[in-house]
This record gives sequence, structure tokens and C-alpha cells, in this order.
Amino acid sequence: MTKHIKKIGNLSRRQVLVGSAAGAGLVIGYSVLPHAVDSASKAIAAGNWDHQQYLTMDPEGKAYVYVTKCEIGQHVGTALAQAVAEELEINWEDVNVIYPDSHAKWGLMITGGSWSVNWTFDRNSRIGASARIALIEAGAKMLGASPNNCTAKNSTVTSNDGRSVTYKEILSKNTIDRTFSEEEMKAIKLKSFGEYSVVGQSKLPFDLPGKIDGSAKYGSDVFVPNMVYGIPVPNPVRWGAIPNNVDESAAKKIDGYVGAYVEKNGFARINTGYVVALGETIWAAMNAAKALKIDWDLGENKNVSSEDIRNESVKLQKDPSSGFLWVLEGDTDDAMKNASTKHAAVYETSIAYHGCHEPMNCTAYEKDGIWHLHGGNQWFSMAGPTAAAALGVEADKVVCHQYLAGTGFGRRTEPDNFVLAAQTSKFIGRPVKLMFTREQDMQFDFHRTPTYQVVEGGVEFGRMTAMNHDVVAGWSTKRAAPGFMPDSVDKKGKVDQFSTNGSDHWYDIPNHKVRSINNELSDKALPVGFLRAVAPSWTFWAVESFMDEMAKKAGEDPLAFRIAHLTAAGKNAGSPPNSVGGANRLKNALLVAAGRAGYGVKPLGENEGMGIACVSSQERGSPTWTACVAEVKVDPSSGGLTVKKVTVAMDVGTAVNPEGVKKQIEGSTLHGISLALYEDMTMKNGSIEQSNYDTWTPMRLDQAPEVETIIIQNGHYPAGTGEPATTVVAPAIANAIENAVGARVRSIPMTPEKIKSALREA
Amino acid sequence: MTVLTVNGVNQVVDAPGDTRLLWVIREHLRLTGTKFGCGLGLCGACTVHLNGEAVRSCQVEIADAEGALITTIEGLNGGQGGHPVQQAWLELQVPQCGYCQSGQMMNAAAFLAANPSPSDSEIIEAQQGNICRCITYNRIKSAIRRASDIMQGA
Repeated sequence: MTKHIKKIGNLSRRQVLVGSAAGAGLVIGYSVLPHAVDSASKAIAAGNWDHQQYLTMDPEGKAYVYVTKCEIGQHVGTALAQAVAEELEINWEDVNVIYPDSHAKWGLMITGGSWSVNWTFDRNSRIGASARIALIEAGAKMLGASPNNCTAKNSTVTSNDGRSVTYKEILSKNTIDRTFSEEEMKAIKLKSFGEYSVVGQSKLPFDLPGKIDGSAKYGSDVFVPNMVYGIPVPNPVRWGAIPNNVDESAAKKIDGYVGAYVEKNGFARINTGYVVALGETIWAAMNAAKALKIDWDLGENKNVSSEDIRNESVKLQKDPSSGFLWVLEGDTDDAMKNASTKHAAVYETSIAYHGCHEPMNCTAYEKDGIWHLHGGNQWFSMAGPTAAAALGVEADKVVCHQYLAGTGFGRRTEPDNFVLAAQTSKFIGRPVKLMFTREQDMQFDFHRTPTYQVVEGGVEFGRMTAMNHDVVAGWSTKRAAPGFMPDSVDKKGKVDQFSTNGSDHWYDIPNHKVRSINNELSDKALPVGFLRAVAPSWTFWAVESFMDEMAKKAGEDPLAFRIAHLTAAGKNAGSPPNSVGGANRLKNALLVAAGRAGYGVKPLGENEGMGIACVSSQERGSPTWTACVAEVKVDPSSGGLTVKKVTVAMDVGTAVNPEGVKKQIEGSTLHGISLALYEDMTMKNGSIEQSNYDTWTPMRLDQAPEVETIIIQNGHYPAGTGEPATTVVAPAIANAIENAVGARVRSIPMTPEKIKSALREA
Repeated sequence: MTVLTVNGVNQVVDAPGDTRLLWVIREHLRLTGTKFGCGLGLCGACTVHLNGEAVRSCQVEIADAEGALITTIEGLNGGQGGHPVQQAWLELQVPQCGYCQSGQMMNAAAFLAANPSPSDSEIIEAQQGNICRCITYNRIKSAIRRASDIMQGA
């Protein structure tokens, strides 16, 4: 997706304008006009520049940082504001955040991939610095001093003879007019690690107080005049059904029933057909959704089950002509022949559900030719234009308004709820507040694909000489954004990187092959999406389970075995800024976690064990070096598993907000455990069998083990922290189970039944 | 017409008697701190107090709530905010997405009112019915202990 960003604007013509509007305050942002501007103030005053306004300051000296991201629980606005404030030299109390409406000028508005801080830290630092430079220049003028003899600190410009003027005084009395070329922006010398006073502080998140007094506003808290409520009626199969006929007679008896939006043609990003019940109250709409009698054409997926999808994967994997290559180094076939110790294993993961606690929703209406879509959403650049296409209007006629989201986990990168709300509003001619019930949300998720992976490897003299890895999965990028799919390494086709990445790990194995295979039955019956951490959740499940198994088979210690392969040689040396240090940083994180937890040292009881794993989630270009030790106890008679403690060490380079990082590690670690142990999901007759929190059973309070987090900082560029720990815990637990009772579980979720079955095979 | 006493104010509500209290609180009275999570009383996001007891408002019919004192997160501590539970939640920065936290705090507040110095196992048992999908459970446990300390003047 980085490629996409670079297309926006012609970089050579971009300038940063720092100017006052209406003679006071300050507006700071990138001009993306095709021609250079000679006066920032004139351009801003004329209102004719279409620019990315990342920061404004008012005449009182307060700063407003523009955050084109969605708050899904990660407090991203606070971290991004800290980067600005650090260089702006402003009092933190004077900093605020604003979440702007969608607009093409912002470029890619997406929240995901643990990209937010990683992609934005440098830019926001420079935006803050450019404003500081302009303020120093203006302040110096007021003081009759040279800017070179002035410094800024605590919202005040001070000259070297001790006289000072505050930002408020500067901004209320001056018109600032400054432009910075791209080259000037790049040349600004930013502070480095060790010099920070705002970055690295655990500032209280801006979004926190409202979440404690109940005043926080989420998408589902939107009200607009004259709105009706829309409740989708669950289709009888996940994908492929079409409503033939809708009998409204029972619904019409409901007080407040408004009607039903029946879509027989469907819309690719929603479903093949659908019905939304409408009511003056939510209660009327919910009752109507149950009362509508619909004659459905069930379509081609009506008999598909989880087993069918799995069988298809098994078949595809056995066929040597399936799939495309993601990694091809050396000759694995030849190396396998010569290996003295060989091993092969199959790793699986079940269907998984995002389970956002705030079900999908959106409030939509048209006013004066513009469609307004209100809700928490992770990918405005997708939701707006997709809704426009569905409505048959130009993309600039749709505006998305951002709200807090009751978790996202990638579910809110999908546009379906926004589009459906807009279509329903167009149908009824009134504003519509569309709300998914839990049942709708669970069954009409864009689920995490079930996966089937086969790994084989060979060892000679304690070193892996070969690894063959086949990844069979539904392909989410192919469905949601096929243009982002890269070529396979042999250029024979496209590979869904969000189904495969992570398999290109940082271990030195001279002969390494990864084949990525698309299960099209899964794509058809179970359209899959992006669930927190995405592919690394299954690729590292396989790789890190396999590394343990291979080590043991070769008579090596799993920790020493991993370290022997993390040499940071060749391509694994990494490169600045994101992967600088390469595998050495992963090795370090592994040693930190192992040392802290007492791996191999701490005395353990009967049926207890520790397991390790290390990952470089998310992508090779944006790794966050993460290691985990899980300590478990197994009850061999029941297969019951207790995770007693997990220790997670994460090299984040620079922690912009350490408490925020800690919370992300804690949450993603426990989310990973919940996925690994408790969150089972199955398909039968084309439909998801689970419907609510009684049949789909995520982690409860009594199942949460202690999580010890170790945040490793070394001054490297900030890495994303919201996802990587999700991927590292499952293999650490499986490895711990084997160390506890000798049973190897290779299927997620690791239920007591599967543990018992593995014990029988042990 | 149903008369509901919410956060000390009598509210006349024009809704069928079987309407769930959650929807009246949220969508009619627009006290949106109370959240919808499951509709079956399985997750606790909609927890409010009925005469001081924590209930799942998605399971309470408004006809059955008439005459009761209903308290939502907005009315906790007499509407002043800063209930010991809220103090502890802020101090320990419990919320991530925050969506479940009103229900978590309402549940914890009613629990601590009845059991001001609970054991760890009592805390777990009391809070077991409240799902958090950001999985802030360990901070929730710590915050309940901290709120208990605040209530005892510690």
C-alpha cells in the first residue's frame, strides 16, 4: 500500500505552507496544488488551495493536530499529537486533536497494519518543526532579535538576551507567511532519541476521560432529525442468497414499522442480496426484522461446510500446480534430499470472527446533494468511494464523518455497513441509522480465513538447510483490494500478501520456498477479511511451531536452535529505517523474553511447561521484533489448559507513548490467546453456526493470565505495536504444551478435545 | 406511556411496555454511555443499576422498570462523576476502545457497594459476565482493587 501513497500529488511540487488565515493563528500543511505558491497566507486566505492541513493554531496559542485515523482503542491521536508537540515546543496542555471528514486531499485514509505511528511519526515531527521555525522567526521579529539567537520552549520564544514572547502573543498579533519546499522540510534537523521531552512520555490519551464518564461518542451514538432505524435481516447463508419475495403482513402490524428495503441485485462489497427492516424506533425495526417473511433463493453455497473448505485446501496443497511462489531461495528439493534429519507437519487455523464489541453501524443521509455517512471506520478511502459507486454519484459527493469505534480489528476496513446505510437511506428517502444485531455482526463478518499449511524442513549439523512451506487460505486482498497484490517471485501470477506474509521470516535457511495457494471455495462461500495482524497470525503459527518441532527432532534446544538461525546475514541484516538491525533485534527480543521468564531455568511443576516463539510481524518491510514465553499447565485427563503467565518482549525502537504501547501489547497478547484457545467458529449449510456470545465464546475475565510486557527501546524508528503480539502467543502456547506433556497440537483453536487427541498420539 | 426514573429525573416514555430498557435509555433518552453488545444478557455492555443492583438493561422490559430508581453511567455518583470506580479506571488507564467500560464500571460499582473489600476470586466471579474485546481484564481486576482501596480511604 506504500506504493499507492506515493502516487498522491507530485512530490517535486509539494510545499509546506505555514501561514495565518484572517491575520491570526496558523495553518500548517502540505499544499498539493499543481503549482508552487508564493505566499502561504494569500493562498490560505483565498481558500483556493486543496491541501493536507495537519496542524492549525488559534490566536490563543492552542494547537489542533489533524488525525486522519480511527480511534479503535489504540489512542492513536495522542501518539500522533505527541510527535507534533515534541518539535513544536508547545505546552502539552495546549494540544488538541481533530479527526477530519473524509476528503480525497488526505490521500490514503486507512487505519490498520500497525502502520499509523510508523508511517506518520516523521511527517508529524516535521510539521511541528516547520511551525516552530515560523513561530521563532515571527517571535524574533517582535523581539528585534535574529531568529538564530532565539529558541522555543514551553510555548514561548526566547532570545539569547533573555527576552521572550509567548506563542499566544505571536499568533494574536502577527500574520505569518512562510513556505517550506520539500527539500527544506527534509533538511530540518529533528531531535533524536534521548532529546525528547514529550515523545516517550505516557501522556493521558485524549479519548480516555470520555470513556470513563460515558460521554464518548461512538458511531452508534449518532442521532439526526427524522431518522429511521434499519436492522438487516440475516440471510440464511453467508454468501449467495437472494430474496425472491418478502411478505410484510406480520411486520405491518408492528407499531412504528416503516417498510423493508429489499435488494435483489446485491452489491459486491455487501452481499448477493439483502433485506433491511425499517422502523421509527429501534425496537420496531428489530421486531420487524423478525416478522418479515422472506422467500430466499439460497444460491450455490447452501451446502458448503467448514469441512468442505478444509478438504478443498488439502486437495489444492497436494496438487503441485497450485498456487504461486512468495519465496524462492536455493533448491529446497535438492537440500531436502541431503538433509540428515527431516520433518513435516500440517498446521491449521479455524474460521475466526472479529467480534467488535460495537456491532457494525452507520447513520447515512443526503443533504443538498451531498451524502453524509457517520460512523467509526478504518478505511474512509474505501468506504466513501464505494458508497458513491453504489449510490451512483461522484466520489466527492460522499463525505464520511469519523467517530470512536468500539474496536476495529480490521473489521471496520470493510465498507459494507456504510454502503448499506446509504443505500437504505436512498431507498426510504430519509436518514437511516443502520445497526447490526450481534447475530448479524457474527454471521456477516468478513471473517478470518480458515487456513491449512504444510511445512517440511531438513537439518544438517544443527542447521536447517531447507524449508518448504505451503500456505492455503482464502484471499482477502483479492476480494477487497486486488490492485494491491504483488507479483509472485517467479512473476507467474499475483500473490495475496495479506494471506502469506510472515512466512518470509528472518531465519537464515539457505533453501527456502513458500507457495501461496488460494482456496477459491473459501472465497466464494466465506468472503474473508483482515483480522488483527492478518496473515502473520497463521504463518507464524506454522513457522514457530515448526521451528520447535524441528529443533527437538534434531536434538537441539529450541531457544539455541532459533538463535543459531538468527544471524542477521545477507537479506536478514535489515535496512533503515524500519528493519535496521534485522534479525539481531529479533534475537535480542528472544533473549530478553527467555531471560526474563526464566525459560529453561525456572522450576516447574508436574504437567507444566514453558514455550517460546518469536515473530517479526507485520510485514518484512515493517517488522516489530517480538518474542514470547508462555507458561502453561495441562490437565492430561481432561485436556484442560491453563495459561499461567505470558512474558512478551517487544523491540519497538522508540515508544512514543509507553503506556499506550504497554496497553496494546497486553490487549493483543490476550486477544491472541483468546483466538488460540477459545474463539472457534464453523460453517454448516453455507452459514456460520455460531450466533452470539453463548455459542461463540471469547476469553472471559477468569481466563486472562498475567501478562508481563517488556518494551525494548533503542532509539530506532517507532514500530507498530497493536498487532504483533497477537501472532506470537499461539505457537508459544503450543510449544509449552509439548514441553509440559509431550503432546503437539497443530490446530487453532487448541481446545481440550484437540489437546486430548494430541496426548493420545504422543 | 411509561414513567421511568432515570438518574433522579422522571421521564415519560412513549414506547411499548415490552421495549427493552436499554433502547429507551440509549435511543429515546439519548443517554448513550450505556451500550448494546449482544441483546441476550451475555456480555454486560448494557449494565445499569436498578435500585442499586446491576442489571442487564437489554433484558429488562420498561414496564418492569417503572417505579424503580434507574442509574446509568451518566448518573453514577449522583451525576457528579468521579465515583471511586471511575477514579480507579482513570488512574489505571483501563479503557482502550472503551465500548464495554461503562458496563464494566456499573457492574463493579454495584458489586463494591455490596462487598467493599472483596477477595480476588470474588472480583473475578462478580465481573465474569462482562466481556471486554480489547481484553483489558487484568487492568479491570486491578482497578476494582484500587477502587475498593479508594472507598476505604486508602
